[in-house]
Amino acid sequence: MKSQLAAWTFVAPAVTVIGMFFAVPVAAGLALSFTDFDLYALADLANLRFAGLDNYAHVLTLPLFWTSLLNTLYFVVVGVPLSIALSLGCAVLLQSPLARWKPFFRTALFAPVVTTLVAVAVIWRYLYHTRYGLINEWLGAFGIEPVDWLGDPRWAMPAIIFFSVWKGFGANMIIFIAALQAIPDELYEAARIDGASRPQQFLHVTLPMLGPTLFLVSVLTMTGYFQLFAEPYVMTQGGPLESTVSVLYLMYEEGFRWWNLGRASAVAFVLFALMVAVTRALMAIHARREAA
Amino acid sequence: MNARAWFVNATLAALAAFALVPLAWMVSVSFMQPGAASTYPPPVLPAEPTFGNYRQLFAQSGMGGYLLNSLAIACGVTLTSVLFNVLAGYAFAKLRFAGRDRLFRALLAALVIPGQVAMLPLFLMLKQMGLVNTWAGVIVPGMAGVFGIFLVRQYALSLPDELLEAARIDGAGELRIFLEVVLPLLAPIVVTLAMFAFLGSWNDFMWPLIVLADGELHTAPVALASLSREHVQDSELMMAGSVVTIVPVLLLFLALQRHYLAGLTMGSLK
Repeated sequence: MKSQLAAWTFVAPAVTVIGMFFAVPVAAGLALSFTDFDLYALADLANLRFAGLDNYAHVLTLPLFWTSLLNTLYFVVVGVPLSIALSLGCAVLLQSPLARWKPFFRTALFAPVVTTLVAVAVIWRYLYHTRYGLINEWLGAFGIEPVDWLGDPRWAMPAIIFFSVWKGFGANMIIFIAALQAIPDELYEAARIDGASRPQQFLHVTLPMLGPTLFLVSVLTMTGYFQLFAEPYVMTQGGPLESTVSVLYLMYEEGFRWWNLGRASAVAFVLFALMVAVTRALMAIHARREAA
Repeated sequence: MNARAWFVNATLAALAAFALVPLAWMVSVSFMQPGAASTYPPPVLPAEPTFGNYRQLFAQSGMGGYLLNSLAIACGVTLTSVLFNVLAGYAFAKLRFAGRDRLFRALLAALVIPGQVAMLPLFLMLKQMGLVNTWAGVIVPGMAGVFGIFLVRQYALSLPDELLEAARIDGAGELRIFLEVVLPLLAPIVVTLAMFAFLGSWNDFMWPLIVLADGELHTAPVALASLSREHVQDSELMMAGSVVTIVPVLLLFLALQRHYLAGLTMGSLK
């Protein structure tokens, strides 16, 4: 009995914090999304009305919502595979017995991960500058005409994707390195004896052995990429021509700029539902792979 | 070196350059004279190095205050979240109580919910409590986290039960056992947890942006974002601002990177 009490005392502070500042707000957010909570309700709660599914209907018929959704999906669908491919490539190179100065390379490749997103977004905004940016300067050396990276609706999202890949690939690289180290050498030896070339070894030994890690990394990376916000906030303010407005950016604008908190909550829950659906789909694919 | 070794190392060097050049360029531009970076062709190194941008940043833009705000908030988050997460993680791993496993599963399930779903009502709640536009409002939601509890639990599972039983037989209370036996053994994971908490809080943007309306209270990233909207043309000043925001966390990481990377792999492979 006494030990029960002790255990609860240990757990209580953390569970209280998570309950009060996460679980309750999540439930309240769902409730909020069914009300017309706006600036008037913020001033006086007597103005609050139950709105049923109005917010969801409004959001789903809002052209800017669909633009933001497509922009976010573009960011996820292109960014996640690029990021994972680069992480895996770096991990394989770092695991190679031929690689030298491994600790240095590992630290260098990981460094962008620990930097402050806003600060490096500011750096990249200048790197992308049409006239004085280093990127156009280098491309110019190959005879490529200057591109208005952040000012051209066709290039703004690719520029943000490239920046995000740079910022984040090191994290998954570390996870892949640990997973590669766990693959027994005997498997490679057996493959070599069977006459498998390096690329064949990668395809038939490394990739299958990495299956579970690859799945986990995909889910984590995808979840993170769906939460795109600071990059467009700092680099493009959603522009040009709304080409970098993400779903969260829309939620922030609706909620904290126009104070349409009910509608913003509906945006948040639509995004959450989408993330759950995509995660479920990935899980189903993974389960089928494992069974096969 | 044979051709293959040359290829591996050259590729790694190129990738390392890709990772580091933007950071090196930031440092270089931060020492340039105002306007020097906006000349054609863009210079790589400062022609006449100056500390002027840093002086302006601290004397006129109040960056020192913003950095101290960030430091205070990050310390607050780190101290409380490490304490609460370690207590809870240890209890979930080693103490028995009714409903333990169900509660832990419920917490894990909460990991799939993105924090932004809670942000709008949380803002209203904190407004009611009078915590909007205070440091406490930024700190409070970060005082405990499921991922931190999970990390500690995974680590604490490997502690030998005999050790705890022996202490209990000696008549030690649970709190004393925790402080004198368990905590020293958990030291490595405590360092990892503290780093995650500090870096996460220092680098966070969206939540402090929402909670802190008052410019005086802004954290370094929030201040940097608003400065960069005002001073679009002053790349040298903005690079100095980025340097002072990034360098503290980068140094912390370099000093303790073993602990940080260990936590990263531990959190993913279990």
